[in-house]
Amino acid sequence: MFDFPIQVLLGQVTIGLVNGCFYAILSLGLALIFGLLNIINFAHGALYMLGAFGVYLAMHKLGVNYWWSLVAVPIVVGVFGALVERYLLRRLAGLDHLYSLLLTFGLALVIESIFRDIYGSGGLPYPTPSELRGLIDLGFMRLPLYRIWIVGISLVVCLAIWLLIERTRLGSYLRAGTENARIVQALGINIPLMVTFVYALGAGLAAFAGVLAAPIYQVQPLMGSNILIVTFAVVVIGGLGSTAGAIITGLGLGLIEGLAKVVYPEVSSTIVFIVMMLVLLLRPAGLFGREA
Amino acid sequence: MMTTMRASTAILLGLAIVGIVLPFTGLYVQFLMKCVSLALFAVAFNFFTGNVGLLSIGHAAFFGIGAYLAGYAVKEWNFTPELALGGSALAGAVLGLLMGGMAIRRQGIYFAMITLALAQMVYFFFVQAPFTGAEDGLQRIPRRAVFGMLDLSNDYVMYAFVLVLLVGVVWGLQRLMEAPFGQVLLAIRDNEPRAISLGYDVQSYKLSAFAISAAVAGLAGGIKALTLGFAGLPDAHWTQSGNVILMCLLGGLGTALGPIVGAVLIVTLESRLASLGVVQLGPLAIDLSSKVPTIIGLIFMMCVLLFRRGIVGEIAAAVAAFRAQRLDAKGG
Repeated sequence: MFDFPIQVLLGQVTIGLVNGCFYAILSLGLALIFGLLNIINFAHGALYMLGAFGVYLAMHKLGVNYWWSLVAVPIVVGVFGALVERYLLRRLAGLDHLYSLLLTFGLALVIESIFRDIYGSGGLPYPTPSELRGLIDLGFMRLPLYRIWIVGISLVVCLAIWLLIERTRLGSYLRAGTENARIVQALGINIPLMVTFVYALGAGLAAFAGVLAAPIYQVQPLMGSNILIVTFAVVVIGGLGSTAGAIITGLGLGLIEGLAKVVYPEVSSTIVFIVMMLVLLLRPAGLFGREA
Repeated sequence: MMTTMRASTAILLGLAIVGIVLPFTGLYVQFLMKCVSLALFAVAFNFFTGNVGLLSIGHAAFFGIGAYLAGYAVKEWNFTPELALGGSALAGAVLGLLMGGMAIRRQGIYFAMITLALAQMVYFFFVQAPFTGAEDGLQRIPRRAVFGMLDLSNDYVMYAFVLVLLVGVVWGLQRLMEAPFGQVLLAIRDNEPRAISLGYDVQSYKLSAFAISAAVAGLAGGIKALTLGFAGLPDAHWTQSGNVILMCLLGGLGTALGPIVGAVLIVTLESRLASLGVVQLGPLAIDLSSKVPTIIGLIFMMCVLLFRRGIVGEIAAAVAAFRAQRLDAKGG
């Protein structure tokens, strides 16, 4: 049974790690937004897709290269997220949280269908930037440089967000706001502004993952909803309680998915859901969850 | 109690009369049958989410399994329609018990995400399973005689048959909500800790409601497969779960007629937009048939932002406000 070549195994493991990075960045954003707004952002996949289309359109319409896009696209999508929070989600504050959830659901439908209407359902290729082409020879195997780049930069970004939340003044406000927004506001901290900032940050993170994904996966309108449902399973497995938990669970499940592709390909598309079912049966609050 | 009984009877009668009259107004029977199956699907969703207060985003799995089972049973096993539809409902109930058993203990947002993820897993199963015909789906599902006598190949007979099913299920669910089971469900929705302290096994009540809802959704899927002669992956896709939420939201979540009104409106809108094709709007030529998902999404957002009670809910609220005003005038 275990007679597949080591190169195939390691190749899938790195792909799994790459996917795990996307899951980690996306579930990190979901957890941040959930912490302060108490909603699950169904538009997260659409924002990820906007990131990928952003880098694609920036190159084809404006002639902007990958590196500028890597900075600019998340900012633009972040500003879009801030507008969505300020002018749409805020109207629903104080109502049942399910309404905000349904609003982001509708928003995702609108964004995805507009892009599908214009660009069709097929994938659009985006070239790997020239600096990151080629392979690195590790002696026992050759790794595409771009995959190493994704894993490296994702870990840096995750670490930066973790430091921002756990080690800075702003982060302490955020954590306090998550615990009890009204008391924090009574202490003179501008909670509405922080809510907008957090939604924009989550949107920007999703777009950042989308930019990273554009060269290895094709740019297509439905890429967001496909990855989002898996990310939900990741969130259920990890629980929304901790930042580190979201990152570790995301990476771990990406790896498991990669291994499944080698060992038993038939379950590779469902393995995350199977893990989710097991966790629900054994540890209903999730691995790092605080909810009873 | 008397007034609620009369109101529910009036709703059933109205539904039956409208259903009987519609085919004579020149509307396509095919279109009406699609309305009936999706209305039943919306009724199923509303029964759970309206009465339990948990949002399921996994109902497409039940609709899908019902459609596949009815289609396969009729096509490959030569089942009669009534047996195939019974199988659809049963399959929905079993899947509902499995999915609900895992999800029901979690609250609010987690429940929504778990139902969505489990339904997606069911969808992937359908993509790979040998009996679903993958992308092609099950096509040309034949219509056999029901109970060995009514020939369903006649569109009007088929329509009458599914209309009776719809009215019957709506009646049955109404009775269920008037029974102690339904009253306990509402008590749980309104104040769960109190229901627990009164000694009710809250989880099993919720799970039963979920399974019943799943069974009706399965039946709706089966009806869809038999009337339109087709069952495929779109039936089980998560967008179908989104559609049914929208139908209930548009018509009025938690109201008796809302889901049916919403379903008919959405089906009408879809078929109208598709048939309008390219529309000239000044200098712009807009192909409306490809804009259906965008427009549906916009309606979705407008429903949530502007009228959360839905059409039927808003009307009911207006009537209630009018009555209260009149009472005030009398009393004052």
